[in-house]
Amino acid sequence: MSWKDVVYGKPGEKVLMNGNDAIARGCLEAGVRFVSSYPGSPSSEITETLGKAIATFNLYAEWSTNEIVALEGAAAASFTGLRAVCTMKSDGLNVALDFLTSMNLGGSKGGLVLVVADDPAAHSSLKEHDSRILARAAQVPVLEPSTPDEAKVMTSWAFDLSEEIAGPVILRSVTRVSHSRGIVELIEIAEAKETAEIPLGQRFQTFSIFHMKARDRLQLAADIYETSPFNFFEGPENAETVLFCCGSSYLYAREALKLLGLAREVKLIRVGTTYPLPENFILSHLRGAGQVIFAEEVRPVLEESVLLLYARNAAGLGNITFHGKLSGEVAGARGPACGEMNTDILLEALAKTTGVQYTKQGYPAESLNQLVEKIPPRDFAMCPGCPHRASFWAIKTAVAVDGHDGIINGDIGCYSLGAFTTGFELFDTLHCMGAGPGIACGLGKLKKFGFNRPAIAVVGDSTFYHAVIPGLINARYNASEFLCVVLDNGATAMTGHQPHPGTGFNAAGEVTAALSIEEVVRGLGITVEVSDPFNIEETAGKIYKMNRLPGVKVLILRQLCALVAYRRERKKRRVFVDPERCRGEACGCGRFCTSVWGCPGNIWDPATGKAKIDEAVCAGCGVCAKLCPAGAIIVEEVD
Amino acid sequence: MKDPLNIVITGVGGQGNILVSEILAKAAAAEGFKVTVGESYGLSQRGGAVSSHIRLSQEFQYGAVIPAGHADIIVGFEPVEAARAAAALGHPGAKIILNPRPVYPVGVLIGGQAYPDPDELIKTLKEMSAEVLLIESSELASLAGDPVVQNIVMVGALAGSGYLPVPQATFTSVINAVVPERALEMNQQAFQLGFDAACAVKEKAKA
Ligand code: SF4
Ligand code: SF4
Repeated sequence: MSWKDVVYGKPGEKVLMNGNDAIARGCLEAGVRFVSSYPGSPSSEITETLGKAIATFNLYAEWSTNEIVALEGAAAASFTGLRAVCTMKSDGLNVALDFLTSMNLGGSKGGLVLVVADDPAAHSSLKEHDSRILARAAQVPVLEPSTPDEAKVMTSWAFDLSEEIAGPVILRSVTRVSHSRGIVELIEIAEAKETAEIPLGQRFQTFSIFHMKARDRLQLAADIYETSPFNFFEGPENAETVLFCCGSSYLYAREALKLLGLAREVKLIRVGTTYPLPENFILSHLRGAGQVIFAEEVRPVLEESVLLLYARNAAGLGNITFHGKLSGEVAGARGPACGEMNTDILLEALAKTTGVQYTKQGYPAESLNQLVEKIPPRDFAMCPGCPHRASFWAIKTAVAVDGHDGIINGDIGCYSLGAFTTGFELFDTLHCMGAGPGIACGLGKLKKFGFNRPAIAVVGDSTFYHAVIPGLINARYNASEFLCVVLDNGATAMTGHQPHPGTGFNAAGEVTAALSIEEVVRGLGITVEVSDPFNIEETAGKIYKMNRLPGVKVLILRQLCALVAYRRERKKRRVFVDPERCRGEACGCGRFCTSVWGCPGNIWDPATGKAKIDEAVCAGCGVCAKLCPAGAIIVEEVD
Repeated sequence: MKDPLNIVITGVGGQGNILVSEILAKAAAAEGFKVTVGESYGLSQRGGAVSSHIRLSQEFQYGAVIPAGHADIIVGFEPVEAARAAAALGHPGAKIILNPRPVYPVGVLIGGQAYPDPDELIKTLKEMSAEVLLIESSELASLAGDPVVQNIVMVGALAGSGYLPVPQATFTSVINAVVPERALEMNQQAFQLGFDAACAVKEKAKA
């Protein structure tokens, strides 16, 4: 467990840890006092680990309700002179942006670092953001580490930089830094300020006149960047071809150059401080270059900045050709500026631009094709025993019985899988956190334009606190009509089961007041009911009934996430198929349990031509037994 | 040793990839290698394909993604996932350690997609690659006490295969350090069962 290395590791130790734990250690080494976050892959482990450090270090850490609240809290700590960090995934920066663009004008005091983890290729997201573009919008300086070790060092330095410029600093990580492991060298924990104080009369406010302060702060950061060791070069002093890279792309670029035998011919420039650009450093490496190639994650941010710099200085630089995402030459399978960077993309781009031969390694095409043909895709599936499967089935059934083409507005979490086969392709809309109820609310007002499909918004429990409440208030205030189904599985399941305001415990694992969803809803004057999705028929009945009531109403479907349930109590039931009762192919159900219900625990035994339960996989929820029309699935209590 | 040595651990969410890559990386780091592990575990709990890329080098730290055709060793917890990794990353010199027990994708369960005949799939992999070691790790894990330690059986098999410049004792000391006390005995047994199974398969191949 590398969180133990983060918390207990001694100076001088070299330990293997992932980028997020390294960032957490970097915060501790810098003497961080305040930590806040809303969980989101690939950023969640930073605050998880720092939460575990509370017992050992003098710090405060919280899971906040959403990212803007998190950032406001961290800024407050900074205003008192303490060092503070706020961590989030790229989508979270959108949520925090309003405050960031305001606060950055007035500035901060104690080191204030925002760690934003982007997810190129959207491994665990719906979209791939480049947070550097929002950083530019907010005029906040950016640092980009390439490895876990560097992530640690840069994080610590980001606090110093923030104090020097008196404004926030963004550390931009990506999945391949946050979720990769490498050797990290630990140093001692700094003795930083421990007393929070705002002298009377010291104020932190936003006025447009302060816009100049933000601009000047950027200039100051650029000046500091000029001598930063995070910007360096490898390879020959003078080269015809120069490769600019940042973040994880640095390691891919280095490998590509090595594989092509170009390490001594191409100059590799690693920019660690990508916004604002250290202009003199960049210009010094543009001088004498004939062609420039860019390697960076997602959008051509470094590329555009360098091109702009070149345009302003072209007279002194001579002719340079630029190859990158803008020219379309640095591109993966999804084309330029979409998807993730890797060594293969750079091998191809370098081979093309330098004229060096490169033959792709691997199997001969013919045998490869034979193999590929055999491999079926593996789509995401909700866990065996996942309560969402039962909830989705109940919604699907209720909507079908209702017969008015109910339109389903999904939201963000494990239950986003409601848009996929595993969730019966239930969702008609799916966007960002809180969008489901907002859209349902809008649809509910369109009757006078002839839109009569009843709307059902599907949200999670953590999402409810994060972004749903304003939508419900709007619906009540403006008398819209829809049913909001809250899938309450007792955790922020998608990102690793972090606690939220409804769970009754906090980031430090302490017991705290649990905020009841139904009380909140009742307080808004909205009808609310609760049901257990595992009682699938009763639940479908409630959805059917509530869906037909006028106005906005909320139905909470409460059942623990299968993984949490498993961890708490292991399996309580044995589930099996009675081969006497299962009528196999002859049954009119069309292999319902495997072909429609689709829990990975339900499998088909081709030898007997009957259904079977994969007991290694089954979570024992017993829902399939309730659905089997022949009553062939038997549930047995075990202790 | 080839430098870098590139290893892929692949399987389905919930099969315990991460622990295996942690053990392997820590063992290699203890032997003085510069180690990088790249992990994809965003939706891993949700039954998707998961793989870890582990890269060992004496020279420098490599990126978290193995380039196409550069994987030297593939450890597959599931046949189709092993094949998927081989197709994307393998080459004729690659060696594969494989748990032949299928985990069916939703598309196959629900219908519409076919799961290949495992024997035929393994035959194809054998023809294409330098070596394929079949390890019945799910069964061996049950012998050790719980099917979930399938992953540790595979670590044992990897250690027993001799594919890595990491001695058995280094693996066992890492396992002793990372596995919680209460599950240690079962994990040690799982490791040993995998180790012996790999040795036996290799012996048989020689004979
Ligand atoms: S983690 Fe929990 S909520 Fe998410 S798919 Fe699995 S059982 Fe469902
Ligand atoms: S009881 Fe049925 S639905 Fe529930 S986990 Fe087991 S196989 Fe899946």
